Amino acid sequence: MKVASARPDLRPQRWYHTLVNTPLNALITVILVGLLGATLPATLEWLLLSARFGGNSPQACAQVTGACWTFIAQKHRVILFGLYPYAQQWRPLVACVVLIGIVVLSCRRRFWRPTLAIYWVGALNLVGILMWGGVFGLSFVETRLWGGLPLTLILACVGVGLAFPLGVLLALGRRSDLPAVRSVCVVYIELIRGVPLISLLFMASVMLPLFLPEGVNINKLLRAQIAIVLFVAAYIAETVRGGLQAIPKGQYEGADSLGLGYWQKTLFIVLPQALKAIVGPLVGIFISVLKDTSLVVVIGVFDLMQATKAALADAQWQGFSTEAYLFIGALYFVMCFSISRYSQSLERQWRRTA
Amino acid sequence: MPSILYPVNASISMTFPANRRSSSFARWSWRNVGLRAWIYQLVMLLGIGLLIYWLVDNTLANLAARNISTGFGFLEREAGFAISESVVAYRPADSYARALWVGILNTLKVAAFGVVLATVLGSLIGVARLSANRLLAAVATAYIEVMRNIPLLLQLFFWYALITQSLPLPRLALEPMNGVFLSNRGLTVPWVTGFNGSAFWLLLLVVVLFLSFVAILRRKVKTGYRLAKGLQIIGAAFFLAVPFVVTIVVSPGLHLSVPELKGFNFVGGATLSPEFTALLLGLVLYTAAFIAEVVRSGIQSVSAGQWQAGRALGLRDAQVLRQIVIPQALRVIVPPMTSQYLNLTKNSSLAVAIGYPDIVSIANTTLNQTGQAIEGILIIMAAYLTVSLLISAAMNLYNRRIALTER
Repeated sequence: MKVASARPDLRPQRWYHTLVNTPLNALITVILVGLLGATLPATLEWLLLSARFGGNSPQACAQVTGACWTFIAQKHRVILFGLYPYAQQWRPLVACVVLIGIVVLSCRRRFWRPTLAIYWVGALNLVGILMWGGVFGLSFVETRLWGGLPLTLILACVGVGLAFPLGVLLALGRRSDLPAVRSVCVVYIELIRGVPLISLLFMASVMLPLFLPEGVNINKLLRAQIAIVLFVAAYIAETVRGGLQAIPKGQYEGADSLGLGYWQKTLFIVLPQALKAIVGPLVGIFISVLKDTSLVVVIGVFDLMQATKAALADAQWQGFSTEAYLFIGALYFVMCFSISRYSQSLERQWRRTA
Repeated sequence: MPSILYPVNASISMTFPANRRSSSFARWSWRNVGLRAWIYQLVMLLGIGLLIYWLVDNTLANLAARNISTGFGFLEREAGFAISESVVAYRPADSYARALWVGILNTLKVAAFGVVLATVLGSLIGVARLSANRLLAAVATAYIEVMRNIPLLLQLFFWYALITQSLPLPRLALEPMNGVFLSNRGLTVPWVTGFNGSAFWLLLLVVVLFLSFVAILRRKVKTGYRLAKGLQIIGAAFFLAVPFVVTIVVSPGLHLSVPELKGFNFVGGATLSPEFTALLLGLVLYTAAFIAEVVRSGIQSVSAGQWQAGRALGLRDAQVLRQIVIPQALRVIVPPMTSQYLNLTKNSSLAVAIGYPDIVSIANTTLNQTGQAIEGILIIMAAYLTVSLLISAAMNLYNRRIALTER
């Protein structure tokens, strides 16, 4: 036991010293090394060493004890692009690149200004033109055939893109002096935050046809998108409210003393500071939305998860669910992890300059 | 003016400070901030009212066209579908209301176990991430990053596939101990049955325990004296043992039922189903990663001086953590922890995707069978709102207890 009167050991410690410097640490190290030694080689062996990479039929994997990556090689188009016509699949690929590009663009500090909204509108329009077609010589592809990765990205990006202005309005409304506006915003936010996304998806897919007049049909994708937008708007509203509360009152009073009206004060003084303060939590919300788009599988929308289940349902390729789930798990992990690492690096930058 | 308009008059005139400043104040002009506020709110409420009227009108027309009745009368009809697992007794001949109650209890069961296990696991991993042992910290970080960045639904599918595909059929079940069977229908163990379900006795017991608890607390508050440690332990054991003793006394038919293989499945005993296990495993592992981050940020929020002071007093690191750091860290930990508990409860709705009969799954079946979509969705939302409010209220009480008491 270390005692205060003993001279402290100030020699710099290497990381491997910390593994064995106390009996408890030594025990933990032994247990962990034992566990890793028992599981890691077997996992690597299954994943890479005795796995089958080539071939183009189920028979290629018949005698293989490891993973069957032939399944992924043959089925990756179905998993990634769903039922989209085979010859036109360059279009969803380019749409994915555009969406990833606009997200990466929004991460760059240089673009944190109102013109970013115009870039987003332009990017989403470009994605719409690519996916739907019908103009510029592209053949028309209806939303029923969309699927896989572009659908996940579209649901997430359009969801966050539309929910962001709505969330900001809700947050401003919740802090408003007008009691009617404040009550409506509070009821909306607390109601939506108290229920799971699945119930909102069911509500959209089952109740929306009842809410609209006879003969008006909206397709399943639009219903899922509406549910996601309404859901995310409530969470963005709470985050923006936190940012608004973090601004010192002096800013509001200074704007009032300059004679600025409510909207001038909000747009030019309050919101720029509030939004800059909550970039971290907003990135977290975007990551959650990306993961939550996988829930649309319960109402039958053909996103990445549903496309994987459809690929697994092929009678010729049976029993490769582990490979398929690992593939899309790795895909989700790469997307979400890179965004979260970016947000951590942002916070580190700010802590250094603050 | 009529007296009912006095509040309107007052708010138009005096609520907004801008009105009090000007000497030439015109009450009914557009420049009057209070008047504008009233008009905006009126217009907004009118707009929302029109929208709701239009939606309700469409809904009633659509329901009439499809011959679906409104109202909750369908709850008394016979359900007609089986539920694979239930906390209370349920037969397909029971009503829809009973089926929905089973669903709510199943959700609460998963949520309760999930919250407890996730907190324990999450706290351990959060502390491990801050360990001086670099290997342990690296393993904890890898766990947190992997679990947080993969969708929960994918993790549930993975665990469910793993459990159902790697376990044998009931006929070839593994039997690690006498009477304990492990198969793809779940883990079947011997269990005591034959409880006399006398709610009256239980209620009486709860009331008596509560009153005695209150009496002891009042003594502490009034006199400042707590019960001696030994008496506290005896008291706690008494409170915990009395329900068991009373139940045993009022249940003459109490016996141990051992599972037996009859046909394709086991009869008797209690079964831990693969659906429940997969759901619990997925939820606990997923939420534990988020709770680990919350605990880590809470511990790191306590200033380094506390650690140094603790070590200067001669305390070991584990003692410093337990006695000094964690009580202070709790203030930062509890609010985000509340939202993680709420997330776990809401995420349990994913049970519908792997076949566990929670409230969403059963309400979905109900609304598919009866066509009463709106009532079904309302029931789901009411159930989750109630549970969320209860959890928030309980955590807020705890939060107030540990909050910084300022002078």
